[in-house]
Amino acid sequence: MEIAVLRAGAFSTVQDGGRRGYRASGVPLAGAADPFALRVANLLVGNPEDAAGLEIVLDGPDLYFPEACTVAVGGAEFAGVPAWRPWTVPAGTRVLFGQCLRGYYAYLAVRGGLAVEPVLGSRSTYVRGGWGGWDGRPLHEGDRLPVGLPEGGARADPAPALFVAPSILPPYSESPVVRAIAGAQAAELDPLTATAFKISPKSDRMGLRLLGSPILRRQGGDLRSSAVSPGSVQVPPDGQPIVLLAEAQTLGGYPLAAHVISVDLPLVAQLRPGQTLRFQDIELAEAQRLLVRRERDLALLRSGLRSHWGGGP
Amino acid sequence: MPIKKPRLTVAPLGDQALVVTLGSAPDPATLQRVQALASALQRAKIPGLLDVVPAYATVTVFYDPAKTLGPEAVPYERMSRAVLRCAAAARVSARRLPRPLLLDRLVEIPVCYGGEFGPDLEEVARHAGLSAGEVISRHSRIEYTVLAIGFVPGFPYLGGLPERLRMPRRATPRPFVPAGSVGIGGDQTGVYPLAIPGGWNLIGRTPSTLFRSGDSPPALLRMGDRVKFRAITGEEFAVWK
Repeated sequence: MEIAVLRAGAFSTVQDGGRRGYRASGVPLAGAADPFALRVANLLVGNPEDAAGLEIVLDGPDLYFPEACTVAVGGAEFAGVPAWRPWTVPAGTRVLFGQCLRGYYAYLAVRGGLAVEPVLGSRSTYVRGGWGGWDGRPLHEGDRLPVGLPEGGARADPAPALFVAPSILPPYSESPVVRAIAGAQAAELDPLTATAFKISPKSDRMGLRLLGSPILRRQGGDLRSSAVSPGSVQVPPDGQPIVLLAEAQTLGGYPLAAHVISVDLPLVAQLRPGQTLRFQDIELAEAQRLLVRRERDLALLRSGLRSHWGGGP
Repeated sequence: MPIKKPRLTVAPLGDQALVVTLGSAPDPATLQRVQALASALQRAKIPGLLDVVPAYATVTVFYDPAKTLGPEAVPYERMSRAVLRCAAAARVSARRLPRPLLLDRLVEIPVCYGGEFGPDLEEVARHAGLSAGEVISRHSRIEYTVLAIGFVPGFPYLGGLPERLRMPRRATPRPFVPAGSVGIGGDQTGVYPLAIPGGWNLIGRTPSTLFRSGDSPPALLRMGDRVKFRAITGEEFAVWK
């Protein structure tokens, strides 16, 4: 089956769990900007968590399903589209993403996954390089997205009647407090926690640019570039920090003030230009305890859904 | 929190990565240790290890904290111990340098210098107090070393640029640098694998392809490779393409 794109939306791209193992060649991780939302949406339709889905930004698409297919949407919430629960789109109908009510990035998971050709082990789109995903670019009107076959089932298998418990979801907010562990140059820089920051419109999947009282570097010499990661908070000489996201470059040479912890990165990814965030310090051991606990929660959700969808581990 | 060993420091990079620093500068001995540690880690099959990134005097290890194994309570401590154990087995902090695990490679990159391909060649020459021809012969005489690959897929940061040719990057980056452009930025030289904005001084262009997403590995160069540029004419460039 192919999903027909009647209207593409602002910047709809095919994304999955990201490209691993090629950072030494300078290849960014990429994948979903809010990987948690894509993982949960995939689990809801019985897909592997890192299956490819459609990342939708603010202005959503209008899609035509020639055959019935079970889908789920996670992340940003759109008018006319149920969030965080699976539902079956009947054959020959349209799914129209209305106004974006909350958040910035939504993920449409389709049972069977989007079956574009993997590039370097991933189906995610790398728009800068012009490869991966659907033809290395955001969707256009008239594109036809291939949907794969689910293992041991059919695309239209009826969805279980369930919602995701709100307690498992990140506490998405328009002005979140985001926990971060200290970066390598934290002691040389003004503290990040003193004031709130506004999201600049110059933000994208590579990183969120923050606007606020400048964070100045009080000491320290030249830095050689070394690896950075989604969540790293860089401070360029103008003092306006950048929180790196999924498509961040692999190396950076700016001072590192902090790293947003993995469980809070979805809160940052879902912010729109003009919204605000504050940072709060946290210890590495606590951050990793929270991450391991979240993985345990996801494992519970996975095993709960397995009783419905069946399938392998 | 950093765990110290002679010449070797481990520190966290967020909650899913750690950085091993093997020296204060990317001198040849340090680069050899960085390469040795990176390839040892890639072979070691450490539970939870996801990716290894050598750059200058560091090796960064990306890992999944939920999949690390060991008696320590904190995943970072488990991964640090596994990485240090691997470093000890590869003898990266031994006094005698570890034996190179990778084949020593010399890659030749043809470059058509100046003209429309190298709009900053004259400025680099002025800055160096040399003629354009002398800049070309000095730039193409040296054997460079790949200190890191990054910024964008396949971009090599090359060390070894003669002091005379060093030049700060442009105050205002160009919004569009064509793929294959060869540039000078500070004490390094490099090649843009794809068309992107960039601030290095452009002195020429190569017809070689530095990155192919269909190849494995996708980048022409890897950290530690030696690189030599060879001056070619505009006709040779056209034939190559």
